[in-house]
Amino acid sequence: MGVLGSYRMRLARKRLRIRARRKSFELKQITDRTAQVRTDDILLFSTQRNEKVRLPYFLEYYRDMGVSHFFIVDNDSTDGSADYLADQPDVSLWRTKSSYKNARYGVDWLNYLQSKYAHGHWCVVVDPDEFLLYPFCDTRPLRALTDWLDSCSIRAFSAMLLDMYPKGRLEDQQYQPGQNPIDIACWFDSGNYTMSRNPLYGNLWIQGGPRSRVFFPKEPTRAPALNKVPLVKWNRRYAYVNSTHMLLPRGLNLVYDQRGGEKASGILLHAKFLDTFADKASEEIERQQHYAGSYEYRAYAQGLTEDTELWCKWSEKYINWRQLEILGLMSKGNWA
Amino acid sequence: MSVGVVMLVHTAFGRAEQVVRHWSAAGCPVVIHVDKNVSRKAFGAFRQSLANVPDVSFSKRYRCEWGTWGIVAATQTASEQMLASFPDVRHVYLASGSCLPLRPVQELVDYLADRPKTDFIESATTADVPWTVGGLDAERFTLRFPFSWKRQRVLFDCYVALQRRLRVNRRVPGGLLPHMGSQWWCLTRQTLSAILQDPARAEYDRYFRRVWIPDESYFQTLVRQYAIKIESRSLTLSKFDFQGKPHIFYDDHLQLLRRSDCFVARKIWPHAHRLYDAFLTDPSGAMKKSEPNPGKIDRIFAKAVQRRTRGRAGLYMQSRFPREDWENEVTAAPYSMFQGFAELFENFEPWLAKATGARVHGHLFAPEQAYFAEDQTVMNGALSNSATLRDYNPHGFLTSLIWNTRGERQCFQFGPRDNQAINWRIATDPNAQISVISGAWAVPLFRSNANFLDLRKAAAQLQRTESEHLDVLRSTWIKARVRIWTMADFIEAPMEPLQTILDEIGPTAQHRLSEVPRMVDLNGFGQFLQNLKNQGMHPYLMGDFPVEQGDAVVDRDRPRKPYLVR
Repeated sequence: MGVLGSYRMRLARKRLRIRARRKSFELKQITDRTAQVRTDDILLFSTQRNEKVRLPYFLEYYRDMGVSHFFIVDNDSTDGSADYLADQPDVSLWRTKSSYKNARYGVDWLNYLQSKYAHGHWCVVVDPDEFLLYPFCDTRPLRALTDWLDSCSIRAFSAMLLDMYPKGRLEDQQYQPGQNPIDIACWFDSGNYTMSRNPLYGNLWIQGGPRSRVFFPKEPTRAPALNKVPLVKWNRRYAYVNSTHMLLPRGLNLVYDQRGGEKASGILLHAKFLDTFADKASEEIERQQHYAGSYEYRAYAQGLTEDTELWCKWSEKYINWRQLEILGLMSKGNWA
Repeated sequence: MSVGVVMLVHTAFGRAEQVVRHWSAAGCPVVIHVDKNVSRKAFGAFRQSLANVPDVSFSKRYRCEWGTWGIVAATQTASEQMLASFPDVRHVYLASGSCLPLRPVQELVDYLADRPKTDFIESATTADVPWTVGGLDAERFTLRFPFSWKRQRVLFDCYVALQRRLRVNRRVPGGLLPHMGSQWWCLTRQTLSAILQDPARAEYDRYFRRVWIPDESYFQTLVRQYAIKIESRSLTLSKFDFQGKPHIFYDDHLQLLRRSDCFVARKIWPHAHRLYDAFLTDPSGAMKKSEPNPGKIDRIFAKAVQRRTRGRAGLYMQSRFPREDWENEVTAAPYSMFQGFAELFENFEPWLAKATGARVHGHLFAPEQAYFAEDQTVMNGALSNSATLRDYNPHGFLTSLIWNTRGERQCFQFGPRDNQAINWRIATDPNAQISVISGAWAVPLFRSNANFLDLRKAAAQLQRTESEHLDVLRSTWIKARVRIWTMADFIEAPMEPLQTILDEIGPTAQHRLSEVPRMVDLNGFGQFLQNLKNQGMHPYLMGDFPVEQGDAVVDRDRPRKPYLVR
C-alpha cells in the first residue's frame, strides 16, 4: 500500500473516531465508578442487552482473570440487567435506547468510551457470551500475559472465536445464573476453519465452525467472521473498525506470523448456543438490529426449528486450553 | 564472608528488597546500583526500606539503557565499591533485581569456596557462536554505536548503514580478542581488580563505550587477559528468546526451577508470589547438592523459540498464516493422491485400505461432494463433505484434512472431473505422492450407457483437463513425488508400479502383495477409443490400444486379472 493508501486509512480512522464522538451523545451515564481506575489496571468493555442470566458468571470469570474495571453499555434492556450491573462495585454503566445497528453494532459506543477511559490501559473487549482463554490461563493471571506482551512490544493479542454447542437440542439443558455455560455447551469443531488475508486491513478473515457447517453450507461467504482481536494496549488514536474483528491503524491487525512461525494467541469461547438462544433469535429477527439484516439469526431460526443438531460425530469435547493448543486453534508462541 | 553481591536494580523494588534481605541474612554484603531513570522519590523509599539491613550500600547512579555503556559503568563503580569496602570478599556475584536465588546461599558460598581461583563467566568469540540477534555480530566491535536502539532507531540504523558504506573498521585496543556472553557473572577478587585497575583501562573504556551492547562483551573480553581459570558458563540461569529478551519465570515453573539445581535464576515475574515464597522463605535444604542442571528448562525454552520461528508444519491458524513458499512444509504429513486407479480397478479403494492400513478416501474434490472414506458426511475436525464449503477454499480443505488426521496416512482419488484448483498446491508439496494413470478417465465413459455424442463431448473435455494437469505435474517446480503411466503401459504390468507405490507409503505394507485388485473388463475398450477417433476426437493420453476385435469372445466370463510380480 502506497502513501495515498495509508493516508486513506488515516482518514478512515479519523472518520471512525468522529463518528464515535457523535454517537456518544446517545449514551447516558448511569453509574460512574471510573475514579477507581488506577494507572495500570486492565479494563473490560462490553455492550449488552437482556443478558441478565449470563452476567453473574461473566463478571466473575473476568474478575478472577484480573480485570479491574468493567465499562458496560446497556442497550435498552428490559430484564433488569441494568439494575444488576449498576449494583456491582466495579462496573461503570451507560445506557442507551438508540439503535444498536446504527452504532455499527455497538462499536461506535465502545470506541468512544475506550478513547475516553482506556488510553494506556490493556483492554478486553468482549460480549457477555465470550470467554477469553490465553496460554497458561489456568496458572497465570491476565497481568502476566499483558506484562509479557509489553516486554515484547506487542500491542494486540488475537483470540479466535470458537463456537461452543451442547450435544442434543439446545432446549434440553437449562442454563442457570452463575453457572459456567461451558459446562453445557462443551463441544466444538476443531478443524474446519478457512482463512484468507484481507488485503485492505491486513487482518485474517477466518470462517468456519459449526455455524458455517450447519447454517451456511450453501453460502459460505456469508458465514460469520471468527477472527477477533479482543485484547489491545489501547491508545486514544485507535479504533475498532468492525466488531472486534479488525482495527485501525492496520499494524494492530498483524497478529499472525507470515514466515512460518507462530505468534502467541488465545481463544474466545463463544457460549452463544444455550437454551436462551431460541428466544434471542426470534427477538432479534423482529428487531433487525444484527449484522446483514439478522441473516444469521434467521438462518439459525430456520435451522433450529428443523431440529438441526450442531453436534456431530467428529465434534471435540472441551477440556482445557492445552487441548486447544495441541489442536492448533491457539498457540503459546514463544511464551513459555 | 567470601561472596559479595553487586545488584543492578531498575524496577520492582519490593521484590529487590526481599532478595537483598535474603542475601544479607546469609551474610553476603550487597552493593546496589539503582538506575538513574528511577525517580528520586522511589529511590529514596527503596533506600529507606533497606536502611536497617547490615552490609548493604548504594553506589553512584548511572543512566542505564539497554545496549549502552551505562550498565557497564554502573557495574564497574559498584564492583569497585564492593572490593574497597569489603576486603574479605573473594568472589563478586553480579545479579539483577529480578534474580532469584534458588538454592540456599550457603551452598553457593561453599561451592565458590571450593573453587577459589575460578571465574564463572560466559565468554565466547563472536565467530564461533550464533547468539547474536539482528545481524550485528562482528560489527558490534568494528562500528560505533552512539545512538540508542530503543529510542533513536532511525538514527541508529542510518549511522550503521553509513559506517558500512564508509567501511569503518575500528581497531580493537591492546590486541584484545572480542568475546561475548551472558551479562551475569561471578568473578574472583583477583580477576575483577585486575580488570578495574588495569593501567590501560581508560583506553579500553573509551573503546567499549561505543561498542554495541558492551555489558555482554566488556568483562567477557577483558577477563581473558587475567583469569587463572575460566569456567565459561554463568551461574545465573537465564534463557533468551529469539529476539534476545530474557524468558520470564512464573509460578508454574516452580518444580522445573527446583529440579534445575541452579544457584540463581532470572528473570522472575515480580508477581510470581509462589516462586518468591518458595525460594526465599523456605529453608529448602531438600535440594540436593549437585551441579546445576538446567537441561529441562533449556529444552522448554528452546522449543518455545522453535515454535515462534518455525511453527508447526502444515498448520494454518489465527496466528500462523505463512505466505506462499514460506510455509516450512505445505501440509502436516505425507499423503497420496491416485488418479485413474479407481477407474481401472473395481475394488481399488478397499484393496488399498487393506494393503496399507491408510485411510482411503474416494474423490475428495468431486463436483457433487467430497467422498470421504466409509461414506462419512463429516470427517476428522468436523470437516464437512459439502462441495460448496470445500470449493470456497480448496487449499484450506486439503491442509485442514491433513492436519486433522495427523498420525494416519491419507490417500484419495483424483481425476479430471474434480476441482482442479488445488493442482499446483499439491504438485509443489513435498508431502504429496502423486500417481497418475493417464487416460483412465475414459474407462467409466466406456462402461457407461450414455449417448455417444455426449460421451465424445465429455471425453474431449476430460482429456483437455487432464492434459493441463499433466503439464503441471511435468513442470520444473514440482516438489511432490510424481509418477505417471499411460494406461496402455500400466495394464501391461500393473503390479510392479503398485508394489513401488505401496513400498513408498510405508512400513504397514512390508510383505509382498498377496491379493491384487480386480481390473475392470476392458474388452472392447480399443474399439471404443477407435470410435472416438472416428468421430474426430483423438484420445491420446491413454497410449496405444490395439482395436483387438475378435478375441473378446474367448474369456468374456473371466475378466482379465493382473499377474503378480515375484
